[in-house]
Amino acid sequence: MTENQRVTSAPGKAPAPGLLAVFRARFPMGSRIAERILLGICLLFASSVLIFAGIEILPGDFAETYLGQSATPQAIANLSAKFGLDQPLVTRYFDWLFNVLHGDFGHSWASGQSVSAQIADRLGNSLLLAGAAAIIAVPLAVGLGLLAVLYRDRLVDRLINLLSLAAVSLPEFFVAYLLIMVFVVQNPVTAFPATVYDSMSLLEKLQTIILPVATLVLVVIAHMMRMTRAAIINVMASAYMETAELKGIGALRAIVKHAAPNALAPIINVVALNLAYLIVGVVVVEVVFVYPGMGQYMVDAVTVRDLPVVQGCGLVFAAIYILLNMTADILSILANPRLRHPR
Amino acid sequence: MNIRSVSPTAWIGMTGIAIAVIAAAFAPWLAPYGENEVVGAPWEAASHAFPLGLDNLGRDLLSRMIYGARMTLFVSFCATVLSFSLGVVLSFVAAVTRGVVDMGLSRLNDLMMSIPTLIFALIVLAALPQNLAVLIGVMAVLDSTRVFRLGRALAGDIAVMDFVEAARLRGEKTLWIVFREILPNAMTPLVAEFGLRLAFAVLFISTLSFLGLGIQPPTADWGGMVKDNKDGIIFGISAALVPGAAIAVLTISINLVVDWLLNRTSSLKGGRGG
Amino acid sequence: MAELRKPDETPLLEVRNLKIGAMAYPPGERPHPIEIVKGVSFTLESGKVLGLIGESGAGKSTIGLSPLAYGRGGVTITGGEVLLDGVDILKLGKAGTRAIRGARVCYVSQSAAASFNPAHKLGDQVIEATLRHGLMSRSEARARAIELFGILGLPEPETFGERYPHQVSGGQLQRAMTAMALCSRPELIIFDEPTTALDVTTQIDVLAAIKTAILKTGTAALYITHDLSVVAQVADDIMVLRNGETVEYGSVEKIIENPDADYTRELVNVRAIRNEEAGDQSGRVLEMKNISASYGTTPVLFDVSLHVPKGQTLAIVGESGSGKSTLARVATGLLPPTAGSVRFDGQELTPALKNRSREQLRKLQLIYQMADTAMNPRQTVGAIIGRVVTFYDGLRGSARRNRVNELLEQIEMGSGFYDRYPAELSGGQKQRVAIARALAADPELIICDEPTSALDPLVADGILKLLLQLQREKQLSYVFITHDIAIVRAIADSVAVMHQGKLVRFGPKSQALAPPFDDYTDLLLKSVPEMKIGWLEDVLASRRISSAGN
Repeated sequence: MTENQRVTSAPGKAPAPGLLAVFRARFPMGSRIAERILLGICLLFASSVLIFAGIEILPGDFAETYLGQSATPQAIANLSAKFGLDQPLVTRYFDWLFNVLHGDFGHSWASGQSVSAQIADRLGNSLLLAGAAAIIAVPLAVGLGLLAVLYRDRLVDRLINLLSLAAVSLPEFFVAYLLIMVFVVQNPVTAFPATVYDSMSLLEKLQTIILPVATLVLVVIAHMMRMTRAAIINVMASAYMETAELKGIGALRAIVKHAAPNALAPIINVVALNLAYLIVGVVVVEVVFVYPGMGQYMVDAVTVRDLPVVQGCGLVFAAIYILLNMTADILSILANPRLRHPR
Repeated sequence: MNIRSVSPTAWIGMTGIAIAVIAAAFAPWLAPYGENEVVGAPWEAASHAFPLGLDNLGRDLLSRMIYGARMTLFVSFCATVLSFSLGVVLSFVAAVTRGVVDMGLSRLNDLMMSIPTLIFALIVLAALPQNLAVLIGVMAVLDSTRVFRLGRALAGDIAVMDFVEAARLRGEKTLWIVFREILPNAMTPLVAEFGLRLAFAVLFISTLSFLGLGIQPPTADWGGMVKDNKDGIIFGISAALVPGAAIAVLTISINLVVDWLLNRTSSLKGGRGG
Repeated sequence: MAELRKPDETPLLEVRNLKIGAMAYPPGERPHPIEIVKGVSFTLESGKVLGLIGESGAGKSTIGLSPLAYGRGGVTITGGEVLLDGVDILKLGKAGTRAIRGARVCYVSQSAAASFNPAHKLGDQVIEATLRHGLMSRSEARARAIELFGILGLPEPETFGERYPHQVSGGQLQRAMTAMALCSRPELIIFDEPTTALDVTTQIDVLAAIKTAILKTGTAALYITHDLSVVAQVADDIMVLRNGETVEYGSVEKIIENPDADYTRELVNVRAIRNEEAGDQSGRVLEMKNISASYGTTPVLFDVSLHVPKGQTLAIVGESGSGKSTLARVATGLLPPTAGSVRFDGQELTPALKNRSREQLRKLQLIYQMADTAMNPRQTVGAIIGRVVTFYDGLRGSARRNRVNELLEQIEMGSGFYDRYPAELSGGQKQRVAIARALAADPELIICDEPTSALDPLVADGILKLLLQLQREKQLSYVFITHDIAIVRAIADSVAVMHQGKLVRFGPKSQALAPPFDDYTDLLLKSVPEMKIGWLEDVLASRRISSAGN
């Protein structure tokens, strides 16, 4: 996937020789990882600008929205001063960034509560949801992907292919309500809404979130499985797999010894990419199940245009997403034999 | 294209799309009742008069489904066309001009893609006024990043081919190279991508409406109808599942056609030895 | 080591009436089965080498894989017998064939670079099959591998196996793959074009290494290639194949010196074109002075000066990476040089393409190596050639159509091809259309960038003849870029030899290809296989320097 993202440059163009090039040649792996981390930090910084500017530059007078249509100009001016909206944009951005870096996302306009405290509370819940879904979905998806490859072009493969195509097309909320209909209304095996409290033990929490986790697993698994299948098939088509066959190596050993080390990097990539997708899937699922996580918090804030909350949540979501993508790239750099054993 | 080469699954997909398009196009003639006409009690069960029953306000679900097809399809189609035009034009310009323009556009695109689409949409929708044009615009701009990435990769691959170089050596203008040499060779993957983006747009607008940030009531759209009727689920009233299923069927249909298109291209490639 | 047998015993390998089929998927038609190999028979004694030769599509690789009971890419063996020591291996079943593969029959592919697993050390891969089949202990296999690395002339045989595939050169990988095949002491090795992907000077070293290894280990071999002069150096017998059928089968001496079939005779006489060098080379159509160029900051050309005689052919010869194609890019304006000037008809050309006038562009045309990628697959032959006519001469409608048909006649194809797409043409036909596209501009100079190196020898000969004929008719000048000295000998009037971005030799053919030679030209000249038995030994004995990229 990362290979696809990279744009092709002019053929045969070599990088400039110099200190950097020498470093790259000596430590191809270390330098690439360092570059990737640097890129991640740049992206994070740039996305903070984008998130801040995305809200502040766009039209719409927030003080007026906040106070309603009938507000007097004086009241609007007072409010602007209170939230610091009368300051220049750049000043406001750096104030905001400075505070964010110190763990302070400001205060909600709607409730006046500390955004940081709320996020701290809810982030754990969201991660629990996504984490539980990931633990189930990843092995299942990779396993199904392998199964589809083993039975390639046979009935099992076609069936898995068709079902996963359908699953990719299902909206999260539809899956969620279908599950509620079946497992809460028709066969009451679990409760709705899936609200967790701090006082609950982990086991109680896990019991409560069965349905939201199941929803996330169903939604993410199809995509992950399809990509895993494609990645493995790609490796299986390599000339070195034919070599293994012509050397009289058995199918199982060929897969374990020859395909697996090369399929690892693309599969890691697939998994990380889909975990990043899970982060977004959480938003809808939390709303459906009235689950006290980041997603629900953010959607509620968007509805009432509670900008500090929106900015804070947006930044946290973006940071997790960037971090996951970065991890994926670094892991595939680590899995690349060409970089692990430089010339 | 040969009629016989269309696979059975692709036929199913095309049928699904056709039904949705017909419902959208002829909504006022097909719908038995008005879009916002209250015809009975909330969540009245299905009957001969109301084949799908009534919704949370006592409006005919079938009629709203038909009108909803109109809104859902219209918004996703507009957003996709817009995002496609934007993405394809910018990516081809970047691929052909190279240099600073390419650098700038590609980096900006990477940055936009570093924030999850839904999150980005939530942030922007928090600030912008809520109306249809804004909604379509936001969806189009965010989605165009995906089109840009594909278009840039496609055009980049084609632009370094010898026949493009031959055209440049001949002295052809950039526009000729883009429209006569590059575009025809990128057409099939782009058409397939259009389908994928359309399916995604249907899901996306439905999700936004479901979250209450998309199409605003009382206008009917499938995502919003799920939201309207979701409270009935817990009482065993399946009104919310009907529009949900419609969204699923439409996106599955589109994906089936795309899948067939993509398979067809790959086998064509194989047949040509490259 | 395989023991020598008396001739009256069962031969090591006997192939009887072998038939191989596949499914064809022609565009726009229903898939249908086709026969690739139509009943081929041969025998191979222990310790002997049989060369399978033919053009692409002859079925030689498909036949070559049959002793492994393997069909590549959906190909299946539909009939006949493949007897290994009298046992039909096609009837052995899965476990039986697996016991043979990698133990008794081994395979060396064209692209060792792709055939080695990038994730494992070379040494481990070389001994893997031997260990898996339980033929030797690990330490024995290691020792065997080191011995083979030595025989094959690999550097530091003791530690060579510790390297990963991407850490060694293409020529070394090809030898390592030969070592992998030899490790289990197989009775038979199949070499599938093992030197085709290598540079000419490297090819000879690998060929010599393979020959030495075959002699020292006494294994039998099937040697598959499209190049008769290569197989003449290593084989005892040769089978000539065409369209899945045997054309001629006999000893090397018989095939090379006294062939029966017309087709074999053509193959033996390939490259027999001789173009007498023009006496007067004073006219100058293109002149490049002190050209230096670089990709980014990497310099690739260093102070190159040469000129093209008017109405004649300058051949630029060199290996990959020598800068010969870069020179063409500078001449056409695709790559502005960092220093030096290009003059055309005495008039200085601007370095960059976009500043050149349409008339300047018209006079200088380019033909590419890969005709496949040089033509837009979505345009018909008529559109491809017609656009040039419209662009430069403004011809439209029937005038345009007539002109295109006239050009199609000139390339000996005819107007029937007007509405065809490139995918429907053979390799040779595509290259002819590319020539027609260049002719359509009515140029003075055509730069031909290896236009025949992707083609089969006989087809390539046809293209060369066409180019020479067109030169005579239209007084065209050519810059002919090639790695093949034989082609240079055949068609050039003057010759430029490039090596590592520098011009090492330049002058009329009679002088450039006559002694005294510089070391590199000497190596290059001695690297072209000749259609002569025993040539390999002679040339190795007389070489002054070894090639760089082996």
